[in-house]
Amino acid sequence: MVKKLITQDTRMFLTGNEVIAYAANAAEAEFMYGYPITPQNEIMHTWCKLLPKMEAGFLQTEDEISAGFSTIGGILAGKRAFTATAGPGNVIMQDAQSMAEMMRIPFVCAVMQRGGPSTATVIYAQQETRLTCFGGNGEGFRIVYSTAGHQDLYDYMIKAFNTAWKYRFPTFMLADGYQGKMREPVTLYDPASRGIKMVPTVATLGGANGSRPVNHVRNTFNLEEELMEVLDKYQEEFDRISPEIEEYLEYKADDAEILVIAHGIVARSAMTAIDELRAKGIKAGLFRPITLRPLAVKPLRAAVKRAKQVLFTESANGQLAQMVLEKIYGLTTPYSTLYKMGVGVTGDDIVQKVESMVKEPATV
Amino acid sequence: MARTRIVLAGEGGQGVQSVAKILVEAGYEAGKEILYIPNFGVEQRGGVSIAFCQIADEKIGEPRFSKGDIVIMLSDRAIDRCTTYVSENSTVIYDSSVCTKKPVCNAKSIISVEANKIANEQLSARVFNIIVLGVLLSATNVLQLSDIKNAMEKALGKKFDAKPELRELNYKALEMGMGLIEKAGV
Amino acid sequence: MIEMLEKGPRLAKAQNAEVGASKFCPGCGHGMILKTLAQSIDELELNDKAVFGCDIGCSLLSWNYMNVDTVQTHHGRTTPVIYGVTRANPDLVGIAYMGDGGGLAIGSQHLVNASVRSENLLIIVANNTNYGMTGGQMSPTTMPGQKTETTPYGRDCDVTGRPAKGAEMVASIADPNKSFVARASVSNLRKLKTTFKKALKNVDMGGFSFVEVLSVCPLNWRTNNVQTWDRLKTMEEFFEVKEFVQREGLE
Repeated sequence: MVKKLITQDTRMFLTGNEVIAYAANAAEAEFMYGYPITPQNEIMHTWCKLLPKMEAGFLQTEDEISAGFSTIGGILAGKRAFTATAGPGNVIMQDAQSMAEMMRIPFVCAVMQRGGPSTATVIYAQQETRLTCFGGNGEGFRIVYSTAGHQDLYDYMIKAFNTAWKYRFPTFMLADGYQGKMREPVTLYDPASRGIKMVPTVATLGGANGSRPVNHVRNTFNLEEELMEVLDKYQEEFDRISPEIEEYLEYKADDAEILVIAHGIVARSAMTAIDELRAKGIKAGLFRPITLRPLAVKPLRAAVKRAKQVLFTESANGQLAQMVLEKIYGLTTPYSTLYKMGVGVTGDDIVQKVESMVKEPATV
Repeated sequence: MARTRIVLAGEGGQGVQSVAKILVEAGYEAGKEILYIPNFGVEQRGGVSIAFCQIADEKIGEPRFSKGDIVIMLSDRAIDRCTTYVSENSTVIYDSSVCTKKPVCNAKSIISVEANKIANEQLSARVFNIIVLGVLLSATNVLQLSDIKNAMEKALGKKFDAKPELRELNYKALEMGMGLIEKAGV
Repeated sequence: MIEMLEKGPRLAKAQNAEVGASKFCPGCGHGMILKTLAQSIDELELNDKAVFGCDIGCSLLSWNYMNVDTVQTHHGRTTPVIYGVTRANPDLVGIAYMGDGGGLAIGSQHLVNASVRSENLLIIVANNTNYGMTGGQMSPTTMPGQKTETTPYGRDCDVTGRPAKGAEMVASIADPNKSFVARASVSNLRKLKTTFKKALKNVDMGGFSFVEVLSVCPLNWRTNNVQTWDRLKTMEEFFEVKEFVQREGLE
């Protein structure tokens, strides 16, 4: 049993990477497997610094391939284990992530997005959105939370473990280099004090000593039909549990004529912009999907339908927009875009864009 | 809503991030809302180092901003990189004893200080960044001197205890930095 | 005589009695290796502690061969999955089972690093000098001059390099105070069992074990029984069968 470091509400001034390590401990995580890549390194640094106090485990592996697969090993051994990665590391970890998808392994991973494609920048982006939601050679049987600051990082890292172990779909906390490296105040708490009970873990490998039949778990199938039967069941289950998992946030969206759709940290810039725009008499609002997989489709469609125009804005070239557009098929609200690939979107950027949309409405 | 946006930029190794950390720590302890992003690239040393700091009374939305209220430039390359963060409402401060040129931009005011020269000639090259911290404290005018001193104790207390004369030197640097801005009358 | 007939087939406890007909090709070495491994587990009474992981390639067909908790992983990735297991639960005896492709090509970085760190597991590389499941391509251990689908005129070492010697490589980098490193052959199953038992004992003591087993692939080799045996003998001349590293105190 790991020792929890946070036993009462504690206000701290931390970097996001530090927050994630504390959150994993609060969630009673027992083991972290990881490999250095910027900008997630300080999750490992903090975890290692706290190790003696937590009585937890850590292994620095030879690459992200092995970080992903050894995390799977730890989970199969019945431990609440996790990993974290970014950018090119996220790319090569897809191998393990797709195995977790196929085998319904409660894999938990924090993704701190950096610029792409390739090595690009070590700083920030939202360019791993599609990869994190639909990476690997699969169908995206994954749950993805997109966070917008330190309180989110703490809340959703704890939640990620419970979602993963309850539903047994790999669960991701999608953040970014800004959130990892920036410092802002955050309140750390013991999940029990918020009525959160950690879902118990179960060992698939080892520890049975004859108490159950031997487990043979695999990801290979001989026949096409055999595979489809399994995947159909997964899809049915994913659809059925989606309403329990879906989360979103609306900000002044009720009467919004221009609805900004943004996720993660960009949604925070949108909130700054919306306050400014409202002060100028422009009715702008925000729809921020918190779960990108699954998307909260019903409220999303309702908000888009209410608005006169939609603005998609991302630190990527429309990766979220692509996912949203598919789900709002049939609605005719015109939209415009503000994409800054691998670059932060500021409040001013959004204010200027929305003002231009007021002058010259979108036609698409 | 009172929010101060600060861009602090210099060469890697000038202590830009150390200064920013003390400033935001002081703000946090004083009960302010803070958001601090250190700019970081692939170079560990030698690149332009930028700190984006926000100090506010209410919750902060955008993590990155387009224009700073205070933009401090401590090298020629910092001038080149950070002119983009200057608007007509910005106060620009640059170190004319380091920079070989003047920032050319449409700002509310452009102030030159000679922190580096003062550090070398009157104090110690090591407290250059603390003079800059003093400049920053006066220019932003949202935190108290005592807040900064407490944060300095937290960051440097052990070094101070080992060598008490260091405390005196740093405090002096801080006060001289503040004086530079007061003289400029911001 | 009658008494003999009443005895059931000699199936190890660590073998899955419900697996039915072997999924391996006629004459394949995997069955011999796995059966010997199962007997070794039985004799050391490690049945409750053993966790078995298999790779992609022919070794994946062992996914339900053993009567112990088993996970079938991705190509080359059995080593990190199993050291992930034993890092999380050091009481278990982890076994990572793979072929020469999985161990020495696609998973070689894991083999190298697991050896250097001397992770607590047994890595078994069944070396049959080719990629069997994908149809007989050249592997790192394909013999000089050996014909495969990607070396149809025989392996030319000037072009493809020399065959990889896994046990020698592991022996040179593993911690001698923690490790047992050996090469064995399916030509001598009694010796193979002794080797496996030493390897498993060492893992149970917290150590790192590596056993490369020279094996046969008559189907892809296109050899009859005599030729298969001859090929194995040639392999044994090229790949030295012996114990390379044996930590002190291990018997």
